[in-house]
Amino acid sequence: MSLHTTSATGVFSLLWLVVALPLLGAAILLVGARRTNRWGHLLGSLLPVVSFVLALVMFFALLGKDSSARSIDQHLYTWIAVGRFHVDVGLLVDPLSISFVLLITGVGSLIHIYSVGYMAHDPDRRRFFGYLNLFVASMLLLVLADSYLTLYVGWEGVGLASYLLIGFWNQRRDYATASTKAFVMNRVGDVGLSIAIMLMFATFGTVSIGGVAAGAPHAQVGVVTAIGLLLLLGACGKSAQIPLQAWLGDAMAGPTPVSALIHAATMVTAGVYLIARSNALFNLAPNAQLVVAIVGVATLLFGAIIACAKDDIKKGLAGSTMSQIGYMIMAAGFGPIGYTFAIAHLLTHGFFKADLFLGAGSVMHGMNDEVNMRRYGGLAKVMPITFVTFGFGYLAIIGIWPFSGFYTKDKIIEAAFARGGTQGWIFGTLALIGAVITAYYMTRMMAMTFFGRKRWAHDAHPHESGPIMTGPLLVLAALSLVAGAFLILGSRFAHWVAPVLGTIPEGQSPISTVTLTVVTLVLVIVAAVAAYWRYAMQPVADTTPVLVSPLVAAARRDLYQDAINETLFMRPGQYLTRFLVFFDNRVVDGAVNGLAALIGGISGRTRRLQTGFARSYALSMLAGAAVIALAVVLVRF
Amino acid sequence: MSPTGFLVVSALLFVIGSIGVLVRRNAIVVFMSIEIMLNASNLAFVTFARMNGNLDGQVMAFFVMVVAAAEVVVGLAIIVAIFRTRRTASVDDANLLKY
Repeated sequence: MSLHTTSATGVFSLLWLVVALPLLGAAILLVGARRTNRWGHLLGSLLPVVSFVLALVMFFALLGKDSSARSIDQHLYTWIAVGRFHVDVGLLVDPLSISFVLLITGVGSLIHIYSVGYMAHDPDRRRFFGYLNLFVASMLLLVLADSYLTLYVGWEGVGLASYLLIGFWNQRRDYATASTKAFVMNRVGDVGLSIAIMLMFATFGTVSIGGVAAGAPHAQVGVVTAIGLLLLLGACGKSAQIPLQAWLGDAMAGPTPVSALIHAATMVTAGVYLIARSNALFNLAPNAQLVVAIVGVATLLFGAIIACAKDDIKKGLAGSTMSQIGYMIMAAGFGPIGYTFAIAHLLTHGFFKADLFLGAGSVMHGMNDEVNMRRYGGLAKVMPITFVTFGFGYLAIIGIWPFSGFYTKDKIIEAAFARGGTQGWIFGTLALIGAVITAYYMTRMMAMTFFGRKRWAHDAHPHESGPIMTGPLLVLAALSLVAGAFLILGSRFAHWVAPVLGTIPEGQSPISTVTLTVVTLVLVIVAAVAAYWRYAMQPVADTTPVLVSPLVAAARRDLYQDAINETLFMRPGQYLTRFLVFFDNRVVDGAVNGLAALIGGISGRTRRLQTGFARSYALSMLAGAAVIALAVVLVRF
Repeated sequence: MSPTGFLVVSALLFVIGSIGVLVRRNAIVVFMSIEIMLNASNLAFVTFARMNGNLDGQVMAFFVMVVAAAEVVVGLAIIVAIFRTRRTASVDDANLLKY
């Protein structure tokens, strides 16, 4: 099934507006500064909504076309034309990118609306909306780009917006440090992506997505594997996968809507998009695919384990995000059997994780910005809407029927088993264990927040948030309920993205689907009950216990990720820079200064010859003349 | 008559002149020594002209005389000026122009 790309006509000629509108919003809010304070948040919320409506219109226009004609390219302008190197800036809309555009603008609009309430008391609310719009524009450029270089622009744009928003309250030093950490770790991944793009140009002579996909079968397997691994490095940085995972937990320093939009629903999933978009390359490099799957499965366990030990509700959710993206990356590593489910899980995760984060924000809003779950407890009665919507997100993430996570996560576990052989068993079992741990930590979070004894601070007066915040929560909760069934039942989503991601081959699962589903559900419910018994029925300490098992202590410290980074990279790097500074000061500067001092010293000595006595000059003249005369005579004879 | 004698006299005069320049402190005497050196070279020029049988050396000797006359004018003027300001004609006392 090949996809024919056509130029944009009709409604698709407005494609550029989808990206341009949020960008315009960012420009107005950031350049207009204080003059836009009064209405900035309204404009900032309106523009993503307009983009969403445009995207919706295009989605239906795309639905109306034949499935092999659902790829439309809008050429905007020629960016670089140097010899053989030719880059056009263009936007590509196809079933994959429109799915992302709908997610970004849809969830993005809801989060903008929520932020109007959440940030109501912040003096810098207008700047916040400016950054959010900048983020939405960059993210849309990332997913709509028709060449890897344009994608890279969006990729860096979201990195910038993420940096600005993590450090939004940069008057706090640790928040500013967290934003720098995220920026630096992302940069490591970006190096991988940029080298991959250079390698693409060197190999295929083009960096357009279609051109690379067309050229891939003619390239050497080694080169394709190298490009795949470099793309994976980029994906690891952006999606907080091992080994570049350490920034995501600290990124929770940003305001909660930012965590929901950027560090849960959209930006961190860009790595999954990159791998799915480059499927033509990965399908030809089985070794790179295996590495992708291993990175995914390692991260999904890593994130789940650290989420079990966190008392900070946002950091717990951050660990959970890392883990869920691990599922997606793992599925993307399985090839055509997994791409569809990776993207389907990405979409449902976008809904339920945004729901969970906004719910956490709503709880924090009512609790004087307290994030420690040990100071929550018994909030179900005082925050009924938040409780119910958070509960929907909770049921979706642990995968209870009929919530969305049930459909999409089960499909990924199935795909893992369907790999067949020993690998299938290993990946499948680990993914299943991940699901069980997910049930445990999410129930713990739910129980510590909404059930059990009240452990509130003295001055806490929890209250339900206003309608502008609960409204988006309700919409996201509804999507968490229905999205999975809508996408997976009848293979709706699989048919929709098949022209881009390929049809799903028949698996060779050693376990029947029904057995697997039942086993998963039973294990998940057992883990959830265990966690409920432990954290809702038993008393929970309102300060963090000190005497804990080594595993809990390790998980609290993120399995020593920072210590490892510090020992392996930061300290040696510091030693290297210190040595280089020393070398520069002593050897380089020493040589330059030494030469100058030498010449100065010699001059100081020689000028003593200038005595001021005319007779001594006369003597030296005579001596010189005598020497010359002697030389002439000697040469002559 | 052999030209060697003239050349020996010329060399002697030149050596006397240069020793005078080096050892005497009085500017006037130094000046006189320089004149001796110039005339020693004039003698050598004339001798060489005689030996070569042409007038080139003689012409050169005239040039030297003209230059020497001009030099005497400027030099004596400087010595007089220095004497007026510093009340001394010693070349060693005029030693301000140094490192």
